[in-house]
Amino acid sequence: MLAAIGVGQVEDLFDEIPHSLRDGSLDSIPPALSEMEVARLMRDRARADGEPLCFLGGGAYEHHIPAAVWQLATRGELYSAYTPYQAEASQGTLQILYEFQSMMTALTAMDVSNASLYDGASALAEAVLMAVRANRRTSSRRILVPRALHPAYRRTVHSIVHHQGIELIDVPFDPTGGHTALEAMGALGEEPFAALVLSQPNFFGVLEEADILTDWAHGRGALVVGVVNPVALAVLKPPGEWGTDGADIACGEGQPLGIPLSSGGPYLGFLCSQQALVRQLPGRIVGRTLDLDGNPGFTLTLQAREQHIRRSKATSNICTNQGLLVTAAAIHMALLGAEGLARVAATCHANTRQLSEMLCSISGVEPLFDRPVFHERALRLPAPAADILRSLAAHNVLGGYDLGIDYPELDPALLVCATEMRTQADLETYRSRLSRIIATRAQPACPVKPKI
Amino acid sequence: MSNVPDDLRYAKSHEWVRDNGDGTVTVGITDHAQEALGDLVYVEVPQVGKRVDAGEACAVVESVKAASDIYSPVGGEIVETNETLGDAPETVNEDAYGEGWIFKVRTDDEQELDGLVDADGYARLLEDEE
Repeated sequence: MLAAIGVGQVEDLFDEIPHSLRDGSLDSIPPALSEMEVARLMRDRARADGEPLCFLGGGAYEHHIPAAVWQLATRGELYSAYTPYQAEASQGTLQILYEFQSMMTALTAMDVSNASLYDGASALAEAVLMAVRANRRTSSRRILVPRALHPAYRRTVHSIVHHQGIELIDVPFDPTGGHTALEAMGALGEEPFAALVLSQPNFFGVLEEADILTDWAHGRGALVVGVVNPVALAVLKPPGEWGTDGADIACGEGQPLGIPLSSGGPYLGFLCSQQALVRQLPGRIVGRTLDLDGNPGFTLTLQAREQHIRRSKATSNICTNQGLLVTAAAIHMALLGAEGLARVAATCHANTRQLSEMLCSISGVEPLFDRPVFHERALRLPAPAADILRSLAAHNVLGGYDLGIDYPELDPALLVCATEMRTQADLETYRSRLSRIIATRAQPACPVKPKI
Repeated sequence: MSNVPDDLRYAKSHEWVRDNGDGTVTVGITDHAQEALGDLVYVEVPQVGKRVDAGEACAVVESVKAASDIYSPVGGEIVETNETLGDAPETVNEDAYGEGWIFKVRTDDEQELDGLVDADGYARLLEDEE
């Protein structure tokens, strides 16, 4: 190929980059492998993951994915389609994106949705930037961020916005309820803020008092950004209906909608808002329109927000979407329907509730918070969580998330989750394993020392 | 040839300025600018009370083909904006020098108006552009 394009060696293609800017050799990159060797490597890596019994949630959830979802999504016409550059020539792709947007607005009760972002955490960062741009009432660059929001989301938002002069203010959670209490807001003083971030449910699985907090924030001239689980929306009040006027922006992680866990990604973020903020909404938006002959068709709309037109003044540097994952999510939602999604949500809730009761029958295990939860529950443990998780893993049980990592004051505690995938037998397996591990640890050390 | 009223001053970036005689000026975009942009679908006005420098981008007009910044031709404080444009951005296309005004500025330095061109100067500018 080099000969065909008239270049002597690969290195010549990089001539334009000054030598001072080059990083030298890339020692950490291993030599090329053949297809057979790569297939072997991937198989070994997959095997190392194993197939543990999963009680781990914390932002990504193991849900049943109907076989039809990926059978359809991996059809060549859909699998190979990237964000369309000749947009209107790709009516099929545009229609799928439009259907996805319509489903997300229906789930969140918001007016508009974009065609997705990279993941839930970066969608929240975009929502925060949106709120700062849009809130001209206070012109504040302060954002209230509850500590009960997912720690990875807090870190991602910080990474993306802290160089833009935006201040993130911690809001503590109630030590008894695990929720973000209105009383905690009082301690923050009277200084204006641009928006309140509110996750429903929060990282502990606990349901926040969304109505009260939304009205309080609006009363202070601030916007409300809801971070929501799309499965939970099938049974909970959607952000568009929180309080008197509803949240202004809603975002979250779309992984629970037909995307496998896949060791952490790729996932998809969704971002919806009220109509009044649509020009601040980043990313692609597909609209439905009529062509010259009066036939319905789909088109990319409001592109003046985007960087290929607005350059440095675009709403975001992100102008792409997770096309393949959105396709899977749209098919997944279409297959389940509103009723199917509600049944998934109700079963997750019931399973987690039952798991929590079973585990709390073990001496020393008790609920950390007393407020209602959706499908995750924080439990206090009688021994270090890391040790217990290691012992459970030896029994092929993924026992949950060690809360002490991000919340030292809660240590030792575990966040557990039982989705609709868990059977009665699974719950009993977890209970009996945990019970035995705790009982073994509680035994006094053997008084007879081995003679060495 | 587009309409260039004699009683206004003009910026090279195609804004017009009307001296209201009370220390404030009204700003809009010229007939030529609205015609070049095409049908406007959205006008983002600045916030009342905001301080602007001469030449600072402080409003945005968006048409079906492009979005363009509007620069304040003079420095000062934004004292009023045309709120009717929120629901009826097409007013700028229909009446660029009248109902389609965009914002009013209380000027810091009235001398800055002298730095802008008059109708003849702007008409020559348009000829040169063509």
